[in-house]
Amino acid sequence: MTPSEGRPPFDVAVIGAGPAGLAAAVTAVAGGSQVALVDAASGPGGQYWRHRDDDDGARHHAWPAFLRLRGAVDAASTAGTLTSFAGHQVWHVERTADAFAMHALVDGRGAVIHARSLVLATGAYDRQLPFPGWTLPGVYTAGAAQALLKGNGVRVGSRVVVAGTGPFLLPVATGLAEAGAQVVGVFEAGRPTAFARHPLAVVRNAAKLVEGAGYLRVLRRHGVPYRTRTTVIEALGEARVTGARIASLDPSWRVVPGSERTIECDAVAVGYGFTPQVELPLQLGCEMTLDRDGSLVARVDDAQASTVEGVFAAGEACGVGGAELAVAEGQIAGAAAASSATGRPAGAPRGAHGRRSAGRAFARAMHESFTVPTGWQGWLTPETIVCRCEEVTAGRIDEVIRGLGAADPRAVKLFARPGMGLCQGRVCGYATACLVASGAGRDVTAADLHAIASRPIAQPVPLSVIAGLGGRDPS
Amino acid sequence: MTGVGRARFAITFDGEEIPVEEGQTIAAALIASGRRSWRTTRGSGAPRGVFCGIGVCFDCLATVNGRPNVRACLATARPGDAVTMQDGTGHADDAV
Repeated sequence: MTPSEGRPPFDVAVIGAGPAGLAAAVTAVAGGSQVALVDAASGPGGQYWRHRDDDDGARHHAWPAFLRLRGAVDAASTAGTLTSFAGHQVWHVERTADAFAMHALVDGRGAVIHARSLVLATGAYDRQLPFPGWTLPGVYTAGAAQALLKGNGVRVGSRVVVAGTGPFLLPVATGLAEAGAQVVGVFEAGRPTAFARHPLAVVRNAAKLVEGAGYLRVLRRHGVPYRTRTTVIEALGEARVTGARIASLDPSWRVVPGSERTIECDAVAVGYGFTPQVELPLQLGCEMTLDRDGSLVARVDDAQASTVEGVFAAGEACGVGGAELAVAEGQIAGAAAASSATGRPAGAPRGAHGRRSAGRAFARAMHESFTVPTGWQGWLTPETIVCRCEEVTAGRIDEVIRGLGAADPRAVKLFARPGMGLCQGRVCGYATACLVASGAGRDVTAADLHAIASRPIAQPVPLSVIAGLGGRDPS
Repeated sequence: MTGVGRARFAITFDGEEIPVEEGQTIAAALIASGRRSWRTTRGSGAPRGVFCGIGVCFDCLATVNGRPNVRACLATARPGDAVTMQDGTGHADDAV
């Protein structure tokens, strides 16, 4: 028996305890709601504020904001207006007669939490592009390097190459350098000069640019080179990474002939932006849209309401934009979800709407500065693995696109099995959609991503848990 | 990099003792001990270890106390955990 069973539905359930979810939960409590805060991790913070128990926050951004939110969550728990469901992996959400039911796994057992309205604040994970050698042990996502450092105090290597695109590479490289790793270089595939075309967004978000300048200063102090239009096009080694091939890229990310060189390293940390976790809005039937950064996101209105009544979204699930934007969206969503559940008016904290619009302007500028053009497909050889789980190669995918005429990701998945493994296409889905679209001579569409991101069961679930649902009325 | 005042204990990997700081995941302890892989793929038998580090990719699967397919990046290490190399599916019987 879990604390969720045998009790009336919560007014609001918030799924995800990162910046957006914490802000939503705290605001919904302030709006007079009984709140359930559900997260897969053992404690609050999400990926952004991942920390060890005795962390002093010195290496975290906006740590005081986290402490305030955590303090408010703790106070609400004590007051009995908020219940934390830590360690709960939500694998399915459905509408019942008068509420929503969240099916979660906790320590391998099933649990069901009911609530009248939902805030989906499920965050994002690193977006990846395949390249030769990327399955070698020692190649990590940038997020893995960060999680191992911030959450565990462990460096992924002693000579590390950081590569990909986007501002997230900077804190990852800075963290590694400050922890004593030799960061051989930060290789940014893009050329982030588009900011110059967005003067307003820059002025409204000056603090973020100061943050970026701070990272670059730390990298300079450690003698870490930062190169743009450059990336890792191959990881080298037998049983583990021993080196990386670096190359200069043209504006469409094709390799500039003759620019390739090899660097010795024992780890590669790579990321090409973020992919929002959207299986829950997809399960609920929320209308989705293709964001400017090429991500599939939940469509929300001014109150952060999705197209499904009673379901709200905040943070990366409705558009990648970072922690400050996520907090503002969480506040607005938390207030709206509280009103929706209780029928009483509830307001977001003063300034939330202004911070949201500033944050979105900055996110738009970021998305336009760090786009992913199609030239990366030329880094692949026929032997390059695209789907890590099922070990499906680029050559096999090419065969079904060109040989069998598969023109959409679903067909490619059926014929060649990319995305059919345990991760359900979370890692290779974006790349597969890009390869299919290129093969058909068109751009990636929301429908392509939709086909790959639909996961009726969001986590591997023991059959005993599913069997146990048979006799239970989820409403 | 080692924390001050954190409790330490040991787990084993294929019988060898691995030091752990309290709160670390099994994956973090294995990486700190110099290991990079603890699984082979069921297709080509290629070695794998951590990739995403946050429970998304399922590359870091290990057999822990006889239970296969544990995501080592999510599982907090507990004193005495016996971790073993997982070959292929590790005889998965319950995952869908």
